[in-house]
Amino acid sequence: MSKALEIRGLRKVYDNGFEALKGIDLCVEEGDFFALLGPNGAGKSTTIGIICSLVKKTAGSVSVFGHSIDSELALAKKEIGIVPQEFNFSNFESVWDIVVNQAGYYGLTRELAEQRAETYLRQLDLWEKRNTASRMLSGGMKRRLMIARALVHEPRLLILDEPTAGVDIELRRSMWAFLKEINQRGTTIILTTHYLEEAESLCRNIAIIDSGEIAENTAMKTLLKQLHRETFVLDTKEPLPDTISIAGFETHKTDEQMLEVALEKGGSLNAVFAALSEQGVEVTSMRNKANRLEELFVSLLAKS
Amino acid sequence: MTTREQWIAFITIVRKEIRRFLRIWMQTLLPPAITMSLYFIIFGALIGSRIGEMGGFTYMEFVVPGLIMMSVITNAYSNVVSSFFGAKFQRFVEEILVSPMSNNTVLWGYVLGGVARGLLVGLIVTLLSLFFTRLHIQHIGVTVGIVLMTSIMFSLAGFINAVYANNFDDVSIVPVFVLTPLTYLGGVFYSIDLLPEFWADVSRLNPMLYIVNAFRYGVLGVSDVNVGTAFLMVGVFTLLAYGYCMYLLNTGKRLRQ
Ligand SMILES: Nc1ncnc2c1ncn2[C@@H]1O[C@H](COP(=O)(O)OP(=O)(O)OP(=O)(O)O)[C@@H](O)[C@H]1O
Ligand SMILES: [Mg+2]
Repeated sequence: MSKALEIRGLRKVYDNGFEALKGIDLCVEEGDFFALLGPNGAGKSTTIGIICSLVKKTAGSVSVFGHSIDSELALAKKEIGIVPQEFNFSNFESVWDIVVNQAGYYGLTRELAEQRAETYLRQLDLWEKRNTASRMLSGGMKRRLMIARALVHEPRLLILDEPTAGVDIELRRSMWAFLKEINQRGTTIILTTHYLEEAESLCRNIAIIDSGEIAENTAMKTLLKQLHRETFVLDTKEPLPDTISIAGFETHKTDEQMLEVALEKGGSLNAVFAALSEQGVEVTSMRNKANRLEELFVSLLAKS
Repeated sequence: MTTREQWIAFITIVRKEIRRFLRIWMQTLLPPAITMSLYFIIFGALIGSRIGEMGGFTYMEFVVPGLIMMSVITNAYSNVVSSFFGAKFQRFVEEILVSPMSNNTVLWGYVLGGVARGLLVGLIVTLLSLFFTRLHIQHIGVTVGIVLMTSIMFSLAGFINAVYANNFDDVSIVPVFVLTPLTYLGGVFYSIDLLPEFWADVSRLNPMLYIVNAFRYGVLGVSDVNVGTAFLMVGVFTLLAYGYCMYLLNTGKRLRQ
């Protein structure tokens, strides 16, 4: 399979002298659903900015479906659809004009542009709003408008920079379903997000970037296997005795009727329950303290 | 992109630019119409009758070409500077920057938008002037040629201004503090023959003098300066401005971080 994106030794020093990227390598295969994660200021948007030529790189190389952004920029740009982190459309134009004009910038005939605009505005549930000035849309609608705009020239690589920031749960789930569907139809997707649950449920491969360096780059499954500690939160029927402890497990009483138990890799939950029964504690419910990827993320960043 | 795709992209920008200034006609088309009508009434009709002749014409006939040209210049310039700066300010210039169209396509799309507004306002002002005077265009080629070249030149200059502008003040500085004074002193209201030798020579350093006079030559058949020089000068300035715009776009200066 060919590479949708290939980044080698990418460095970025901003005009003020700040080094936002310290020579990163990144590879995304065609057809992949790829998560680019990292804390605030890690360099995710900088990387994306360089890929779509809004930010000038200091060193290194980037190619999109084999087209180098140095020698074949126009060809590379045609393959990319970009949904930026910040809203960047005209406040005074209508939803329809924004999407149709964008198609025009890519050289699509008016007829095709209007046809595509209708398709994507309907799919993203914006058809009713097509004649509305963009400033009058809600935050979630604005995000979807940027997705429709990014798709109108049918790029092979779709890059979304925090597409679900400020989007309610229901809408987020429908956006996930939509993205999964277009990925299944063949579009390679790269996504950044701070909702790790989102990355876990959507993405097959993942890179974690921290302070301008790649801290981890692997398959989601491999990464989750590395998880050697999981914390569970147990709610109990009666107030817990002060002396509560479970041999071989780290516990933490967070509330009268709430106990946190850390389970090391290979540990048995049965042992936990056996110990609790012995002490007369009845558990009414149990949940993960954090999303699994989240725990991993925190421990990875703590290491680096 | 193929030539045809570039053409579609170009037309998309031009259409968008024209729709923009038509949509906000209260800010773009109405003010020059009102201001110029006032000039016609005050300078032409009220004061003009006392001034008598200027360069062999009634004062009204003399000022009309300069006022039309002034409208073309400020409107072509303002259109590009405010539209492109607005795109930068609201960040939707990124829609264009990420697209595969060439820098020439982007530049000429915006320039043609400026030319369209310059010409439309010029036409409106010309039609209004017909309420006050008659116009017999003497040299149609010179008239059309100088208007077109001038509107292109000032659209390009407006683009440069937009790239460098950081706020809305920077957008109005040049029209208010440079274009308007230079045009006023560029022989819109008087023939430089009336000036003392020294000030006439100083006036000859003002590019607006050549533009206004070339246009007046087209309309009335008289000029204070050589019309060929005027065309040469506008041509050279246009090329320089074009070169500089392309330099800005090719390097991404102030547009890409
Ligand atoms: N134009 C700029 N000039 C100077 N420094 C910049 C500029 N843009 C970004 N930076 C810095 O570069 C670093 C990386 O920023 P970037 O926007 O890429 O982070 P991010 O990973 O997208 O963060 P977030 O999750 O908050 O969006 C930050 O420290 C930021 O302050
Ligand atoms: Mg970011």
